[in-house]
Amino acid sequence: MLAMLALIYWQTVVYATQQTDETIDAEITGLAEQYRQRGLAGLVAVINERSKPERGSSMLYLLTDQRQNPLAGNLSRWPDLEVQADGWMRFQLSDDGRRKGGPHIAQATSFVLAGGVQLLVGRDLSEVTAFRNRIVAALASSGALMLVLGLIGGIVLSRRALARIETINRTSDRIMAGEFGRRIPLKGSGDEFDRLAQNLNAMLDQIERLMAGMRQVTDNIAHDLRSPLGRLRSRIEVALIEPPSTERYREVLQQTIGEADHLLATFTALLDIAEAEAGSPRGQMVPLDLASFARDLADLYEPVAEEKGLRLTIETGPGPIEIRGDRHMLSRAIANLVENAVKYTPAGGTIAVKVAGDGGMARLTVADDGPGIPAEERERVFDRFYRLEASRTTEGNGLGLSLARAVVRLHGGTITLEDNGPGLVAVVSLPLAPEAG
Amino acid sequence: MKLLVVEDDREAAAFLVKGLRESGHTVDHAADGREGLVLATTERFDAIILDRMLPGMDGLAIVAALRASDNATPVLILSALDQVDDRVRGLKAGGDDYLTKPYAFSELMARLEALLRRGAGGKTETKLKVGELEIDLLARTVRRGSTEIELLPREFRLLEYLARNAGHVVTRTMLLEQVWDYHFDPQTNVIDVHISRLRQKIDKGFAKPMLHTVRGAGYCLKAA
Repeated sequence: MLAMLALIYWQTVVYATQQTDETIDAEITGLAEQYRQRGLAGLVAVINERSKPERGSSMLYLLTDQRQNPLAGNLSRWPDLEVQADGWMRFQLSDDGRRKGGPHIAQATSFVLAGGVQLLVGRDLSEVTAFRNRIVAALASSGALMLVLGLIGGIVLSRRALARIETINRTSDRIMAGEFGRRIPLKGSGDEFDRLAQNLNAMLDQIERLMAGMRQVTDNIAHDLRSPLGRLRSRIEVALIEPPSTERYREVLQQTIGEADHLLATFTALLDIAEAEAGSPRGQMVPLDLASFARDLADLYEPVAEEKGLRLTIETGPGPIEIRGDRHMLSRAIANLVENAVKYTPAGGTIAVKVAGDGGMARLTVADDGPGIPAEERERVFDRFYRLEASRTTEGNGLGLSLARAVVRLHGGTITLEDNGPGLVAVVSLPLAPEAG
Repeated sequence: MKLLVVEDDREAAAFLVKGLRESGHTVDHAADGREGLVLATTERFDAIILDRMLPGMDGLAIVAALRASDNATPVLILSALDQVDDRVRGLKAGGDDYLTKPYAFSELMARLEALLRRGAGGKTETKLKVGELEIDLLARTVRRGSTEIELLPREFRLLEYLARNAGHVVTRTMLLEQVWDYHFDPQTNVIDVHISRLRQKIDKGFAKPMLHTVRGAGYCLKAA
C-alpha cells in the first residue's frame, strides 16, 4: 500500500514539476519569436500584455536594461537568483498583494538580449507547492483510511472464515458421532468454502454409497453362503441319522466335497472381484493382442458350444488389436461372458465373438440369439449375486458378470449388455495400447 | 519317494502326511521355516511340499535359499494367496508348481507326481511313445498302430501333455493351465468336451481305449 501511495505521489508531483518546466520553455519560445519579429518594442508590448494581473496567470516576467532597471513585467526588481542543480534558477517572491499567502518560491530562467537588455521568465511555484501539499495530504489521509478499513476487513473476513471452518468441524464431529446422514451446510455463495463443503459432501455421499454397497454385499454373501452351508450341514446330519452304510457315507461325502468346492469357487470369485475393484495389480498389465486372445478363448469354448448344438463363430479381422492387460484376469472375465452365452442360448443358436478396434478403443462383443435380458434388468445383472428369476435354477453363482465388470473397469474399459434382437450382446470396450495406430 | 512337508498348521500337516504315506511315500514333516530349511539342506528329498506362510520364515525365502545353494529338489508351493502375481512370485523364487489352499488332495497328488517325473529327467527325444501310440513332435503327426490320426493343433497339444504324463492322472486344472495357459475354473465342462473329442479320434475303432477318465480326479493316458 505504501508503495502504491508513493507511486501516486511520484506520478502526480513529478508531472506537475515537468508541467512548470514545459510552460516556462514554451513561454520563452513565444517571447523569442516576438523579439525576433518585432524587436524590443514588441517584446515589451507582449510582456506588458501578458503581465496584466487580470490574466490571473502564475507566470512571472521581467525585462530590464543593462543596469537592471525594469522596462516591463510583473516583478518589481531583479531578484537574487539562486542557480539550482537542475539548471533552473530559484528566487524568493515576496507577495505584493496580488497573490495570497506569504513569501514563496518561484522558478525562473534569464537571458541577456542585445544591448544588455535582460529578460527573466519564471513561474510562481506556489500553485505547484500547494498542489503537492494537497496530494500529500490526500494520500496520507486515504492511506490511513485504507489501513483502518483493511484492518477491519481483515478481522471480519478471518472471523468469517474461521466461523465457516468451525461449521465444518462441528459437522464432522457429528458425523463421526454417528449421524452419517448429516452434511455441511452451504451458503450458496459459490465461494471457496462452499466449494470445499460441496466436495466434502460429495465425498461423504460417495462413502455412504460405498458403505451401502458393502452392506448389500455382506448381506448377499451371508444369504448366498448360508443356504449352501445349511444344505451341506443337513446332508451330513441326515447321513448320520440313517443306518450306517459305507456306500451311503461315500456318496454323501462326495456330494459334500462338491458342495464345498462350489462354496470355495464362490469365495474365489468374491475375492477376485474385490481385488479387481481395489484396482491394485497394474503391474501385471502387459501388451496383449485382443484378437488372438479372443481366438484362443473361442478355441477353448467351441467344442462345448457344439456339444450343446450351438455354433460359436469368431471374427477378428486380419491384424492384431493391441491393448494393455492382464491376460489371466481378462480371460476369466471374458470366459464368463462366453459361458453365459453357452449356458442360456438354446440348441440351434449362434454365439458370435467379434473383436474390432476403432477410435482409440478395442471392442470385443459376445452376441447370442438366446432369450436375452429385459432392458430394465440389464444393469442389475452386474450386481453381485443378482440372478434373473428365469435362471435361478441354472447352475451358477451370480458373480460372473460382477467379476467381468470389475476386471474390465480395472483395465479402464466399460462393459454393457445390449439387445441383439433377438438375444443379448455383451459389449466390452477397452482402451487400445497407446503405441497402436 | 521321500518327501518333505513344511507346514505349520498341525491339522493340515497331519492330513497331508497321512495322505502321502497312504499313497506309498516316505514323509518327513517340519512345523516351521527354520526346521524345514535345515531338513531340506541336510537330507536328500525327492520333492518338497512347502507352505507359503510359515512362522519364522517366508516359504519363498526357503525356496530361494535352496536354489542359491544349488539344491534343485522340486518344490510344490502351497498358499492361501491365489492371485496371479502371487503365483508368479512363487514360481520366480524357484518353486516348480503352485497350488492354492484349499486344494483337493487328488489335485495335489497329480501335481506332485508330475513334479517327481520331471525331477527324474529322461532322454531328450523328438518322439513320444505310449503303447502303440506314437507322437512325432517335429512333424506334428500322430499314429496309433498303423493308423494315421489327424489332430487339430489344440488336440495335438492336449495329447502331447497327456502323453508326457502317460500312466499318471492329470487333473482338469492342470490341463487348463498347461495346455491353454488359463488359471480359472470354468463353470462349464470345457475340458471334458475337449477330452471326449480327442478320445473320438484316438480310441474310436480300436478294441481297447487308451484315454481313461479317473473319477473325481481327472484323466489318464495309458497303453492299451
